[in-house]
Amino acid sequence: MIELRNVIKSFGDKTVLKGVNARFDKGKTNLIIGASGSGKTVLQKCMVGLLKIDSGEILFSGTDFVTMSGEDRKLLRQQIGMLFQGSALFDSMTVEQNVMFPLDMFTKWTRGEKLERVNFVLERVDLKGVNAKRPDEISGGMKKRVGIARAIVLKPKYLFCDEPNSGLDPRTSMLIDKLIHEITKENDITTIINTHDMNSVMEIGENILYLDQGKEEWKGTNKEIIFSKHEKLNDFIFASEFLKDAKDMRALEERGIIDNDRNMDEILKEGSIDAGEGKE
Amino acid sequence: MKLFSSFGQYLLMLRGAARKPENGKMYWKELMHQSVEIGFGSLGIVVIISVFMGAVSAVQTAYQLVSPLIPRETIALVVRDTVILEFAPTLICIVLAGVVGSKIAGELGNMRVSEQIDALEIMGINTKSYLIAPKILGALLTIPLLVIISMVLGIYGGRLASALGELVAGDAFDRGLQNGFTIKNVYIGLAKAYSFAFIISSISSFFGYYVRGGALEIGRASTAAVITSCIVILMVDYLIAYIFL
Repeated sequence: MIELRNVIKSFGDKTVLKGVNARFDKGKTNLIIGASGSGKTVLQKCMVGLLKIDSGEILFSGTDFVTMSGEDRKLLRQQIGMLFQGSALFDSMTVEQNVMFPLDMFTKWTRGEKLERVNFVLERVDLKGVNAKRPDEISGGMKKRVGIARAIVLKPKYLFCDEPNSGLDPRTSMLIDKLIHEITKENDITTIINTHDMNSVMEIGENILYLDQGKEEWKGTNKEIIFSKHEKLNDFIFASEFLKDAKDMRALEERGIIDNDRNMDEILKEGSIDAGEGKE
Repeated sequence: MKLFSSFGQYLLMLRGAARKPENGKMYWKELMHQSVEIGFGSLGIVVIISVFMGAVSAVQTAYQLVSPLIPRETIALVVRDTVILEFAPTLICIVLAGVVGSKIAGELGNMRVSEQIDALEIMGINTKSYLIAPKILGALLTIPLLVIISMVLGIYGGRLASALGELVAGDAFDRGLQNGFTIKNVYIGLAKAYSFAFIISSISSFFGYYVRGGALEIGRASTAAVITSCIVILMVDYLIAYIFL
């Protein structure tokens, strides 16, 4: 579990994080959502220690990351896996070397043991037979999967994903989401995902934190987000008219006013839908 | 003000690079990789430049030696001392600042921009010592060797040009080489080579490691690394010459 207490971060005069409080549960896919510039990436970078916070606490299973000694922080970092927006694969290495790198650096395993683990995680992310390929020879979706494989090869306790779906088609995005969700459950990891992708929110958002201008504005689950009356959140999620209509329909369906199995014309003929009903 | 702040950041970078490595075996591997990249990667250009540098030096010295009172063997002596003291260490290192320096800055800049350095940091690796220290050590190992090769080839180039252009006979050139030779000049040449190797690798690493932005900034950082390295090399060259000669 990771807990944030009153996290503040500024760049010069600009305060990007204005006292964020949050809790990210173990074994769940925790999502941080928010518009561009809301502070999602800065918050995640603060959590993994790439940026220093001005004040506040970042607790990893109760231990404050900020006040930790350098050596303890190093050890903790070996329990953190991260999937970057652009995958951040080492372009001078093959897929196998990329995934094996953390094992080379931090274990004293034999080459055979390392290879076994690498093949296992590559198979887990549905990548077989690409060991010898270089990052520039594989697709964007495959790069993300290699990134996931590298992030989980040391069996981390915490997995951070920064925009895992950016630049991917909807189907590949869904596969990546599913994969992250499954890995989280299988390994009982605390997973934190920064995303803009509403499909991800609806599919795997077990615990969602909505950030707006550096402040947490809303917390909840993917079930709750549909019926939320939070104006800013609704403006962010249901940005298009189409999605607003879809939300209304979903609300009507949830309340038993409409039935997906029934013909829409039939429902309209019965006049059972009041245009205003279901809106919040 | 920015100059002082950058210098402070540069010193902090060097301090970080000097820290104990996480895994000696991996660092050794990286050191060998960098030594091959810097040494073998630049050998071709060093060979070509050195031979022509010595040849041109011989031809121009012969052109200026108009007095019949000065023996032609003097050409060899002048070629020897200019190559050992100045051309091999300084000229070669200025060329290497372009070849090696831009490569180091570009490589680190690309790693920074594509978040590869962040990925290493999150793994708990000290990126300064893993990425920068092997580059500096690799340069300190190989650049002086390249300078020694350049000294030998430069003198050979001068001998070749003298013989081909009938400026001075081969045996006379060899006699001239031994005339008034002092090992101190070789030591000064090597002192320059070690200093310049450190300047090229550390300054280029600094500009690459702290790149912010995208592809354009990587290009700018490479250019800045080469220009700064060249200026510092010339300043240190003057300082060494002033102190030791």
